[in-house]
Amino acid sequence: MTDRRTNATGEPNQEDEEVRRGQEERLRTVWAAPRSWRYWSAVNNTEVGVWYTAAAFGFMLFAGVLALMMRVQLAVPENDFLSATFYNQVYTLHGTAMMFLFAVPIFEAVAIILLPQMLGARDLPFPRLSAFGFWCFVIGGVFVCGSIFFGAAPNAGWFMYPPLTTNEQYTPGYGPDIWLLGLSFIEVASIAAAVELIVGTLKCRPPGMRLNLMPLYGWYVLVVAGMILFAFPPLIAGDILFELERMFDWPFFDPSRGGDPLLWQHLFWIFGHPEVYIVFLPAVALVAMIVPTFAQRPILGYSWIVLAAVGTGFISFGLWVHHMYTTGLPSISLGFFSAASEAVAIPTGVQIFVFLATLLTGRVIYSVPMLFVSGALAIFVIGGLTGVMVALVPFDWQAHDTYFVVGHLHCVLIGGMLFPLAAGIYYYWPIVGGRRLSDKLGRVAFWLMFAGFNLAFLPMHYSGLAGMARRVWTYSEELGVGMANFASSIGAFVFAAGFLVIVWDVLRPRGKEAHARRNPWNAGTLEWLTEMPGESWGVRSVPIVTTRYPLWEQPNFIDDVDKGRFYLPDAEEMKRETIITSVLDGEPLQCLRVPGPSFMPMIAAVLTGAVFIFATFHWWAATFAAMGLSVASIIVWLWRGTAEIPEKAEKNVGLGLKLPLYKSGPHSIGWWAMFITMTGDAMAFIGLIFGYYYFFTIHADFPPPAAVGPGVFWPGVALAMFALAWGAALFGGISNRAERIGTSRALMAAGTLTSLAGSAALLWGPYVTGLDPTAHVYPATVWVLAIWTAVHGGVGGLMLGYCLGRSFAGRLTPAHDVDISNVTLYWHFMGGTALLTVTTLALFPILT
Amino acid sequence: MQVFGKTQDNLWTLIAAPTIWGGHFLFSYLLAAYRCAPNADPFRGIGGTRIAIAVATLVSLALIALILRRSWREWRADGGGFRNSQDTPEARERFLEFSTLLLACLSFAAVAFETMPILLIGDCR
Repeated sequence: MTDRRTNATGEPNQEDEEVRRGQEERLRTVWAAPRSWRYWSAVNNTEVGVWYTAAAFGFMLFAGVLALMMRVQLAVPENDFLSATFYNQVYTLHGTAMMFLFAVPIFEAVAIILLPQMLGARDLPFPRLSAFGFWCFVIGGVFVCGSIFFGAAPNAGWFMYPPLTTNEQYTPGYGPDIWLLGLSFIEVASIAAAVELIVGTLKCRPPGMRLNLMPLYGWYVLVVAGMILFAFPPLIAGDILFELERMFDWPFFDPSRGGDPLLWQHLFWIFGHPEVYIVFLPAVALVAMIVPTFAQRPILGYSWIVLAAVGTGFISFGLWVHHMYTTGLPSISLGFFSAASEAVAIPTGVQIFVFLATLLTGRVIYSVPMLFVSGALAIFVIGGLTGVMVALVPFDWQAHDTYFVVGHLHCVLIGGMLFPLAAGIYYYWPIVGGRRLSDKLGRVAFWLMFAGFNLAFLPMHYSGLAGMARRVWTYSEELGVGMANFASSIGAFVFAAGFLVIVWDVLRPRGKEAHARRNPWNAGTLEWLTEMPGESWGVRSVPIVTTRYPLWEQPNFIDDVDKGRFYLPDAEEMKRETIITSVLDGEPLQCLRVPGPSFMPMIAAVLTGAVFIFATFHWWAATFAAMGLSVASIIVWLWRGTAEIPEKAEKNVGLGLKLPLYKSGPHSIGWWAMFITMTGDAMAFIGLIFGYYYFFTIHADFPPPAAVGPGVFWPGVALAMFALAWGAALFGGISNRAERIGTSRALMAAGTLTSLAGSAALLWGPYVTGLDPTAHVYPATVWVLAIWTAVHGGVGGLMLGYCLGRSFAGRLTPAHDVDISNVTLYWHFMGGTALLTVTTLALFPILT
Repeated sequence: MQVFGKTQDNLWTLIAAPTIWGGHFLFSYLLAAYRCAPNADPFRGIGGTRIAIAVATLVSLALIALILRRSWREWRADGGGFRNSQDTPEARERFLEFSTLLLACLSFAAVAFETMPILLIGDCR
């Protein structure tokens, strides 16, 4: 039977206004943010993204004040506005906060807001993970920044070089611990964001959006998230070694006991250099969205931008030693890094030419965002050219640790990141605030910032070449850089004034100012479907995309979306849903139920944060208690909120398409998330293994004869146990799917026990052979590898136990087996980790 | 995957060439670092290491050239156009092939760059 509310196929008639109004009401209720104090349990990208962005800007303003304090101190020679020790805290925290609490998080924050809109998705696939990342970020950031009010801030530079930082004599107090533990915690947030964004770009694109139609922002996000996955884990490995040395005197960086401070520099800069591009690429991504809009034409050379993004992503990993040219490494090593540092200029230059070509062939509309974009290109090119200079070893030997480098890096970061970001704020503010920012204030802000920037940073190139050293609280009059420094200080304040104009423009009361019209810049991409003011559901219906600029190129597109003529125009079951598609061609695969508001991510973040904070102050009992609670909170979160069995197998998502509500194995997004997380985890492990073989290359007696320990027997037992546990996970999953529930449960139980036994055996080896980790770097390295693997074994055991529990609770069934299939994937990685650890610890000493 | 003698491009084929660059880079750096550590005799020649890196360069360049040749041929066979914004599997394929081609060129140049130090530096100083 059909009436006017349904069409011939029994689907709702989207042309009937009453039908649409009912759908809108349901969507609005389902996607509404919680009210009053429960507001903070929101997980939707429209809330979390905005909080995240605001917090990152808050930390940026804080770090900016620190910068101004430095400029006051340096305005005149031999000034005493700041003491030397306080100046050390100020510049360390300035660099740390700008990099870790602003530059990287702002990418994650902006991407969380924009990416779902650009992909016509209702939300990213793991909103609670985003929320968890946000809370980790805020807690860690406040902890690190707050330390300066107690005079306890880290004070040895944002790169924390040992032995300055590992020796209590030189750096008493908690400063370095706060840096290490606070930032390790924030790195967790970055990796969480990377997982979210990779799965988001690959699996949450709208139906029809093939790879060649993806907005360029998506390409950049994909590349940058991939880079985070390979760059951050080595720093986590470095942090682990560092903190073990500071807390327990394990001598990884102490040369008197076989350690080497250079190992830290390697691990830090393997992270630190790609990080520059992790900061730069997302900002260029904004430019790649802004330029076509104001040229009123599609981007010219789409493939060339993809070349630039992917090429930069790769080559940026071959640059790290250019921060270490003066450490005495052999010239041939330096040569490789110098070559890569020059090569990276090719893809970086390509994208600038693409932007210029797009502008030259379009009809450019001059506007505030374009003003910031042109300022960005000008400043960034200067920074790029000085970058090519310092990439050359002989020049760098002269300029290293001088203000020349300070000038260079601020040109790159402010030109390559802050100016594009300001352009992005002016361009995208209507999506967030529903109104346009003021053109007049925007122009004032731009010219203050542009003039201030050049006045502040161009003279630094001169000061540096004249011999002014970085990170020193003052300079003598005889150096002859007084005038240049005075100019820099004035410039810094002018620049800050310009930025405050933007802050005012964003925060100023709007009164009755009218909302912007929809798509105020006449852009072509999906994020401009947003209504002004926005609805929390994102898109009214998930569109079918057949072009790169659907709003320009697909006729009647906005009306079709608004009238719900595409997919998921309704939320009949009152659940949050979005569509999962295939990687290459964006074919619809699944209707994904997305979790709604919950306090669990916040609680888990607070408890995890407590672990790190208590450990900083060596409150061990509290640390272990917090660790237990944090694991428990994560289990509660997962148990209640993931892999829920839907009430029906599939649902009609509109246009006659039926999609399954549940998928497992490589077709499920959870499997992808596990794969990506474990890739990052494997990178951290490789960082630790790198440490072992690094010591092998520099010491003739590393590893010592096999008899020293940990021997072959106990590591061998551990490997056998882990192999059994791996088999138990694998066959547990297979027998569950084959409906042999009893066998499956027995295997899961056995896997739990054998993995715990394997962990114990692995730790028993170094213990029973009497390896003392404080005596020499060899036992310390053995212990750290054994502990890493044992902890992973423990987690693997816990996961199998969790699956067992889910099976008994009826939440894991033969047809609904996401849990065990993801855990099996974990065990593949765990098996590899165990194999490499045991081979290194037990067999390598025999072979050498 | 080969379909009628033609590779179906995907994200892995796209990053194959820069991955070869990465392998070559790591090999060169690690080998030289191993050879020159702990650097007791910095003036001794490291001819063997340089030859090994040269061989790695030739192998890497050959592999990248194969990727280049494949992507060039398939891109030309797909019409060789620069327009790849249509909603067809052919356009997607053409886009991936052309991007692979560009990345292979960049990787080729980058590997050549990475080889220059062994032409100029003969010991561990």
